[in-house]
Amino acid sequence: MTGKDITKGNRIAKDRLKKIAEFVYDQLDRGDIPHLEVSSRTKNNIVLSKDLKVWKYGKDTVQRSAKDLGGATSILRTLYTVDFIGDMIDSGKSSTLREMYYISEGWNKGKFPTQDESNKLAEDLEIITKCLREDFKLRPEEDGARVIGDLTITEKNRKGEVKKINCKDDVGDSGYGIPYNVEDEKVKFKAVNAKFIIAIETGGMFDRLVENGFDESHGAVLVHLKGQPARSTRRFIKRLQEFSNLPVVLFTDGDPWSYRIFASVAFGAIKTAHISEYLATPEAQYLGITPSDIVNYELPSDKLSDNDVSALKSELTDPRFSSSHWKEEIKLQLKLKKKSEQQALAKYGLDFVTDTYLPEKLSEMNII
Amino acid sequence: MLIGGSPVTVPYANKMAESQKEISISDFFAKNRQILGFDNPSKAMLVSVKEAVDNSLDACEEANILPDIFVKISRTDNKDRYLITVRDNGPGIVKNQIPNVFGRLLYGSRFHAIRQSRGQQGIGISSVVLYSQLTTGKTTTVISKIGEDYPCHRMEIHINTKTNRPQIINSEVILWEPHHGTEFSCEIEGRYQKNKKQSVQEYLRSTAIVNPHVQIVFEDPDGEVLRFDRVVDKLPEPANESKPHPHGIELGVLKNMLQYTEARKLSSFLTNEFTRISPRGARDIISQAGLTEKTNPKKLKLENVQTLYDVMLKMKFMAPPTDCLSPIGDRLIRKGLRKEIDSKFAYTVTRDPKVFLGTPFQVEAGIVYGGEIPPGDQVQILRFGNRVPLLYQQGGCAMTHAIERINWRPYGLEQRGGKGIPNGPAVILVHLASTNVPFTSESKEAVADVDEILDEIVRALMDCGRRVKSHINKKNKLKKVSEKYTLIKEILPEIARKSSSIVGRPQIQLDPVITKIMNVHVIDSGIIHREVGDQKQTEVTVKVQNYTQKERKFKLLVKVPDTLIQGVYPENFNMKDGAIEWEVGPISPARSVHLGFTLLGLDQDEYDEVEVYYSRLPGEVIGADPL
Repeated sequence: MTGKDITKGNRIAKDRLKKIAEFVYDQLDRGDIPHLEVSSRTKNNIVLSKDLKVWKYGKDTVQRSAKDLGGATSILRTLYTVDFIGDMIDSGKSSTLREMYYISEGWNKGKFPTQDESNKLAEDLEIITKCLREDFKLRPEEDGARVIGDLTITEKNRKGEVKKINCKDDVGDSGYGIPYNVEDEKVKFKAVNAKFIIAIETGGMFDRLVENGFDESHGAVLVHLKGQPARSTRRFIKRLQEFSNLPVVLFTDGDPWSYRIFASVAFGAIKTAHISEYLATPEAQYLGITPSDIVNYELPSDKLSDNDVSALKSELTDPRFSSSHWKEEIKLQLKLKKKSEQQALAKYGLDFVTDTYLPEKLSEMNII
Repeated sequence: MLIGGSPVTVPYANKMAESQKEISISDFFAKNRQILGFDNPSKAMLVSVKEAVDNSLDACEEANILPDIFVKISRTDNKDRYLITVRDNGPGIVKNQIPNVFGRLLYGSRFHAIRQSRGQQGIGISSVVLYSQLTTGKTTTVISKIGEDYPCHRMEIHINTKTNRPQIINSEVILWEPHHGTEFSCEIEGRYQKNKKQSVQEYLRSTAIVNPHVQIVFEDPDGEVLRFDRVVDKLPEPANESKPHPHGIELGVLKNMLQYTEARKLSSFLTNEFTRISPRGARDIISQAGLTEKTNPKKLKLENVQTLYDVMLKMKFMAPPTDCLSPIGDRLIRKGLRKEIDSKFAYTVTRDPKVFLGTPFQVEAGIVYGGEIPPGDQVQILRFGNRVPLLYQQGGCAMTHAIERINWRPYGLEQRGGKGIPNGPAVILVHLASTNVPFTSESKEAVADVDEILDEIVRALMDCGRRVKSHINKKNKLKKVSEKYTLIKEILPEIARKSSSIVGRPQIQLDPVITKIMNVHVIDSGIIHREVGDQKQTEVTVKVQNYTQKERKFKLLVKVPDTLIQGVYPENFNMKDGAIEWEVGPISPARSVHLGFTLLGLDQDEYDEVEVYYSRLPGEVIGADPL
């Protein structure tokens, strides 16, 4: 590989990563105990950015100091990772987060005990350098989800050819697969012919809407979230919204975990609040299933588990859910002690969701 | 009273008298076997083995023989019946006495002695013979030999339950290899349970812990052989016999003593038959009871006996002598515990003798911690009365109550609400030695809640608790040190190497950072045992490392046991109150000094932890306690 694969982003990232090593080196050189400082990544340290309308990290930081074994190990891992990323940038290679985790096997005391640790460190480096994981040549192993609708994009494939794809006509029933990199150099939006974008949590419901032809009948772009959406999926929705200026609605199960999916799409996730402005779509609205839907549509339901209840209670203190609307809905659900899946709508037949439920909800929201 | 309206011709009591006859003790026991502890088949098995083993141990110790005990339990054709065999290397029993010892209830040499002995603990081996007879109808076989040149007798014994007298069914002289000893075998209805808290195996293991001079070999019904090895070749000091203390008897006992005394005068009766009654004390008692010194004790009237008893109880006497007690000793308990339980830490304590109601007693306690002991479980409790394991009624025993009374959490064990039996990787041992262990009931399985005893047990256990705590603290601190060593020896140099290679600048001198990170004084001690010729040497080393940024000068003390010490270095030391004292330093930052000495004549388990103290040393110190 040659230097031509090195982007400007890569170069900036390499410079800033080197600064981390310099910071450590200088501390040691002065005879000080080395330390690094990172934003504290808890729900108590996210604040709403007025300019960006998304949730970002606040002022709280955590110190990783070489004073104790844990801190020292973390600094060592950081240096190994910095070195590894530098090498990748130089040689024009990239690796998945999982590959990096396995590569760390050879890092002696700097080895990661779990992949969770290595993923977290990659995020820490993003926070410190204000660069993106993609600039580090690191990518997740899971790709983004699927899209179906009258949307035309171009994608630069691995051979460097630019392919034009219409996400209705040029794809099969499983739709267009969102790649891990959806930045401009890879994916460009060309045209949209739709009234709104609907992001769907489960594959079953996505397929139902596809089978019922909901995209064409109601002028929708369908995006499958695949549970908690990957970064690329969130970034794709964000870019698509910016490009089209269309309303975005989220259609998920009616339980606390689904509300978190919505929050991560609309407000930014707690784990990735440092890049909320890239990933979050503040225009996104929550369509359902809401706790009120469970009552109004008399949906079949399950009892809330202990975990569900504590997740709901935790959301009551989550600043992202501090609006009175969310508070009332969450309190209602705690009172009902029930949750319902999207597919519970099938109680009224396979067409109910596309013929009745969605049109009713969308017109309530003044979208159609 | 009018009975049936008809005139009474014969007094009813006469009719009753026809059916009233003396019930023999044997008959009584036959009907009330639970009193002896034969409540159920598995307990019967345990009690039978226990009685036979206790008997063997007492006999061996009385004859000053290191006990070698062989226990075997085998199955019979009937699945509910087992054959129990217990063999010892004791002094043997003369032919005439064999039937009495094994076939007559309440027969024994220890019955009237005021002395600590195991035999007080059960009704005796004859009850096992009786139980065997009642459940299987079989006779008991006893083989005994009293010396190399004497014949060995083999007898089959049966108890006549009406007369409480033994019957010899068969007697013969046989050839028997051992020079002396006794073998007892009987068949009983019972159940054999393996690996249970209350099992023969556990009883023998517990016995071995508190009797480290005993060798026990056990063959279970599956033919598996377990050995509990002897760890000390010395018999326990024999307990002296003692006369009763005036506060330690009951009215009935006093009456008996008055009846059987050889004294002719009340004054000599009091001074001769009791301990701690001086001639003057005797005069005081007699005058306060309104009696005369010359009264013949045998002719005292019942109401006078009562008065005498009351006066004696009220009067003050010196506490009874305690040389009639034979504690195991903290060292030996530790040996026993260490041998049978795989642990990281053991501490034992023997309290001074104390007295309750004129009865001397002594409490010993021990705790083992860590190692192979499961950490989440409730702490196992080993209870002993006069060296005999108490396996039943744990919840009703003063030893358990004392454990429950202590808040164990400050000592590093878990305990819900600061009450009850604690949880954690520990085993607690309590031994009560007394001339009269106060049991809650005849089956002698739990010690009664006597305040003086409870108090002593609590004190002993709190001592144990404190030691466990300091062991845990030390362990945690050492873990912290070893983490810091990993940090400064492996991780920090790698951080330096990696960062200098990334930025392309020279390697860094790390000493200043290392002292900043450690900021501690580390005192490492080591023990090496070796035998040079037949001399045991214990080499003790202490290394003091200064990982702070300042030069240090301070005082260091190492406790030493009472034994010969040689080769103390450096030589500027003082011997003071069982400790070696050095003026250490000055030690520069990142430097260390070595100290040490050699102890002579100690066993490995007699010195297994170096106790180091310091003074005038500011900042954190790991591996030693402040003076």
